[in-house]
Amino acid sequence: MDGDVYLALADATRRAILDELTDRNGQSLFEICARLAMRHGLGSSRQAITQHLDVLAEAGLVRVERQGRYRLHYLDTRPLSVIAERWPIDP
Amino acid sequence: MPTMTLTSVFVDDQDVALDFYTRVLGFEPALDVPMGEHRWITVVSSEHPDGTQLVLEPSAHPAVGPFRSALVADGIPFASFGVSDVRAETERLIAAGVTFTQPPVTMGPMTTAVFDDTCGNLIQITSPAPTEDIA
Repeated sequence: MDGDVYLALADATRRAILDELTDRNGQSLFEICARLAMRHGLGSSRQAITQHLDVLAEAGLVRVERQGRYRLHYLDTRPLSVIAERWPIDP
Repeated sequence: MPTMTLTSVFVDDQDVALDFYTRVLGFEPALDVPMGEHRWITVVSSEHPDGTQLVLEPSAHPAVGPFRSALVADGIPFASFGVSDVRAETERLIAAGVTFTQPPVTMGPMTTAVFDDTCGNLIQITSPAPTEDIA
């Protein structure tokens, strides 16, 4: 997990992917692409979405799990703790 | 102008497929004709008996396996059927033991869901989204 959380978050499409995985965790590539197109008006190619998912996975924010014949994408927000640790949130 | 008389899905086992597409999904058997090693099996919607028939085609060709594996891994449905209410149909199919890779989600004007047909394919069902769900 050498990826950069800040880099991963610095893109509106990748943030939309995290939003949709917050809505429902454990999605196929097909579902993610459909949600981005139909709910966010993002017409990125499947290949482009795959590259965004790779960046999110390198930062540890998305985990890909093989379940039988399906590959599903899960949100993992734990890497976000580096932000609050670096700049503590005022109580 | 041509009309769409037939479309097809590749199925691993024609008997399993005939059972799933009729008893579970609710299509009517149309044709079941011996054809060499396999059979020519079609099913049709009971609401549209003169409509498009779905051929349950053997998946024996060596190209079918890798092609379908790649689609299924990414959750991509091979075919899409219309239903009157995706949410109600999903509940009915889950009660019948069907596995969904995507539960009902409203995507713009449509609600869609995706399930595994137990014959090697993912299948999408769609219905117009309930008005209150359209943002």
